[in-house]
This record gives sequence, structure tokens and C-alpha cells, in this order.
Amino acid sequence: MKILVPVKRVIDYNVRPRVKPDGSGVDLANVKMSMNPFDEIAVEEAIRLKEAGKAEEVIAISVGPAKAQETLRTALAMGADRAILIESDETVEPLAVAKLLKAVADAEEPGLILLGKQAIDDDCNQTGQMLAALMDRPQGTFASKVELDGDSATVTREVDGGLETVRLTLPAIITTDLRLNEPRYASLPNIMKAKKKPLETKSPADYGVDVTPRLTTLKVAEPPVRQAGEKVASVDELVAKLKDMGVA
Amino acid sequence: MKCLVLVEQEAGAIKDATLSAITAAAKIGTVHALIAAEGDAAKQAADAAAKIAGVEQVLVAADGAYAHMLAENVAPLIIGLMEGYDAFVAPSTSIGKNIAPRVAAKLDVMQISDIISVEGEKSFTRPIYAGNAIATVESSDAKMVITVRGTAFEKAAAEGGSASVEEVTPAGNPGLSNFVGLEESGGERPELTSAGVIVSGGRALKDAETFDKVITPLADKLGAAIGASRAAVDAGYISNDYQVGQTGKIVAPELYIAVGISGAIQHLAGMKDSKVIVAINKDEDAPIFQVADIGLVADLYDAVPELTEKLG
Repeated sequence: MKILVPVKRVIDYNVRPRVKPDGSGVDLANVKMSMNPFDEIAVEEAIRLKEAGKAEEVIAISVGPAKAQETLRTALAMGADRAILIESDETVEPLAVAKLLKAVADAEEPGLILLGKQAIDDDCNQTGQMLAALMDRPQGTFASKVELDGDSATVTREVDGGLETVRLTLPAIITTDLRLNEPRYASLPNIMKAKKKPLETKSPADYGVDVTPRLTTLKVAEPPVRQAGEKVASVDELVAKLKDMGVA
Repeated sequence: MKCLVLVEQEAGAIKDATLSAITAAAKIGTVHALIAAEGDAAKQAADAAAKIAGVEQVLVAADGAYAHMLAENVAPLIIGLMEGYDAFVAPSTSIGKNIAPRVAAKLDVMQISDIISVEGEKSFTRPIYAGNAIATVESSDAKMVITVRGTAFEKAAAEGGSASVEEVTPAGNPGLSNFVGLEESGGERPELTSAGVIVSGGRALKDAETFDKVITPLADKLGAAIGASRAAVDAGYISNDYQVGQTGKIVAPELYIAVGISGAIQHLAGMKDSKVIVAINKDEDAPIFQVADIGLVADLYDAVPELTEKLG
């Protein structure tokens, strides 16, 4: 079967985001961008499933600006077979991304779609669930373990208070949590090989999807700054402070 | 505006995150509470929900299909009910986050995730970039689907309301997924996301045994929940449902004690709204001291046992 892996180009997780002074958004000019960390985990899982003989082809897909090609090349260098870029210079919301992914899935008919659980820029945590809804397929969100068995997938999910295991009928949509795996680094020869792998460029219009945002961002502001307090010199002083505050 | 709020319950007891979601929903409009659960739990939860201040009506769908809150089973029920509502509101828990986007997509609306304030009928604030920026967004959709960050809203009073209870017809089981099992962690301790006091440990705790030996006695003394940084979880000191941070739990207790935690942005995103933050760290330049109300530069192996002894 085929596995479809959507990946997103986001600000590198090590970079501290800066809010633009005019409050229109976060400043992304000249900021290091990378593949969303949860998506790296999704790519890794897809490749491992292929290596285990459970899948024949891994297709990476991204919705974003022309530069998202770099992100797709990274996925190809990790081991994906081919890539699709749906190019859009505007921000595309999870709902529209899910519609585009559904259109691709309808054409490619993957047995499994693996997404990251959330993107570290908008922190939405929606796309996988929305895609599952639009396709009327089961969803295994926040997965820390995935086992494929014939026409079903057994997924261990990280939930509040523990680990939940569910069995899903394939085709299914699974979103990855951090502990699913440790993504590999692309080797130099594989990075070179990835340059020759097919990368198809499309537009949202090719799929007949309207990507007009439904949410308007009125303002983006710095979070309230927490003032550093004071340092105490000893445990006794700390205990006294806590007692003064009535918190211990 | 009429809001339908998803109630999360365990054995008939309503969870705190739902009470916060009800407070948020009451700022948007009138509140109807939806309980989807199995037999007895559904009945008990309905009785409890009817008493919550601010709830106008309780809808109950009792069916075995809702026993484990599988999104594939619960979402169709909500979608069927949304005809009569302007907004669907769920707590931003693993259950709410799993179900709400499934509802939103079927209603063809963009979900507004993890709101921290209600600014107007259709505008809200929410943290983005791991809490490094706060966005004010306005919805242009006919209906809204919203998840609520529990720590950002007061809990609605569990008593004082007198809502009517109405049974609704379950939506059946589409048979797409099955619950296999749940491996619970935790035990007697207060739940991390609702605890008044949290003692949290980081990578400096060396190993699982040391983590337990240093952190647990202090937590016991304070009746506190135990938390951990991602570094401590990744190093295997403690299981990941104790993780506080952008990718773990978001907490805002009265008192947060960070032991041997440097204070990476990933971690700060999960705890910087705590009322009082205490940091104990050997490194006086650790970023955690920039947000701590009280900092103690000391070796945690000396300081924490001493603190445990001298408290209370």
C-alpha cells in the first residue's frame, strides 16, 4: 500500500519567535525554517513501515510557499519516494489543508496517512482529525506506537492519564506524538539522490479547493512578560517566603 | 449565541477542564451541556451537570458506543445536534482535541483551538508559537468550534444551577474504530492539570530512582502533583504523561516548584502562567530564573531534602 505523509515548513524549533512591532504577526524574515518536528516523526514512521515491508511507496506532500520544496527534499532524503507541493503564498488554514489532502488521497488511494499531531507555529492540532472527518475514516491521534496488521492498524495513543490503545480499520489517518520514534538524519549521498526524485508542483485551484481563510488575525502580541522575582540565599529563607505567601 | 459544551466525565464525575470550558462558553452565550457516556455514568454525570452554575440545559446520550469517547462515534452525535447551536465548545484535553476538529470539518468551519480569552462574540485570543505570541482571531464562519485552555478560565461552580435534563437519541456506531485498552498512570496524586501545587523535576535528577527519591517526598509533603520536563521524560526518569510543556500538559497551579529544570521555551510554554514559580537550580544563569518568583541557586540534592524537612 501507499503511505501519504503531509509535512509543513515551519520556523525551526530552536528559534525564539519575535512578534513584529506592528502586531501583524511573527517576523519570519531571515529566520531559520525547518520541517515541523512532529512531521519528521511521521516521515520516519512511514519509512520504517516501508522498510518492514508493510508499504510499497511513501509520498510526501506539502502545502505552502515555493520554499516548502526544501522541506519535501528533506523528506525525500530521509527515504520518501516522491513528493507533491501544493503551492500557495498565503497562509492556508488546517481546514483547507485537510480538503487539499483529501483530494490528493482520493487520487492516490493511500492505505495510511501519517501526519504530525500539531505544527509548532499555529499550534492548532486539527489537520489530521479534519482529514479523517472529511474522508469518513478512523483516526489514531497522538500515536506513540503503530502496528499494521492486515486491514487494521493498532495504535497506542498518548492521552491524559495514560496510554490508550485503539484498533482502526484501514485506510486510516494517524497523527504522531513525540515518542513514536527518533527520526533519522539524511546522509549526504541520500541528500544528493533526493534531488533526482520526482517532485510535482500543483496549486489549490488544481484540486478545486478554496483556501480563503475563515479566521482573521486581528492582532498578534507578545505574551505578558513575567517579572523575575528574587533569589534567596538559603532553604530557610525559601521556606519563610513560601509561608509568607501562604502557599505552603 | 447558543453553545453546546462537551462534558468530560469519569465514572459520572465531571472533570475540572469541563467546568472551565463552561465558564468560557458562558462568556459567549447560553450554555447547554452534552453528555455522551455509557448507562450509569451518563445518568450520574447528567445529575451533576444539571447542578453546575450557568448550565441552562443538559443533553444526555447514553450508549455503549460512547464509553471510551472515540472520536469516530462521538463526533456524529455532536454534528447531528449542531443544527440548533451557534457554537460547539470542548475542553482542550486529549479527548476534546481529538473530537472537536472532526466536528469542525464536517460543519465546514475552522476550529479555534485552545482559546485563553473571549474578546467578543466571535473573537478570541489564543497562544501560538509555543506561547511566544498571543493571537487575537475572529471567526467568519456561521458556526464556531472552539477548544478551551482550562487553566485560562475559572472553574464554573459545581453547585447552584438547576438545568433541565433531556435525553437525546444516540447516533449509533459507525464501526470505524475499536477501543482495545487503557494503561493508566498516576494513582492517588492530584491530577497534574488541576493540581494546586506541582513539584516538577528535570534532567538534573540523573535517573528514575533519583527522581523518585528527591521529588516524591517533597510532593507528598505539599500534597502536590508531580511534573517533569521533556528532558526528564525523554531520559526515561518518568512516563510522558507527567510532561509539562508545549507538547505535554499546560498547567497553571498556585505554586510550581521547578527542580533541576533549566527552563527551555518548550517547558515555559507549559507552566509560565503559574501563580508562584519557585526554581531550584545549580546554574545561576539558567533561564528558569528569569520567570521564577523565588529562585534558589543550590545543589538540588542538598536543597530539596532540606526543604522537604523544613516544610510544615
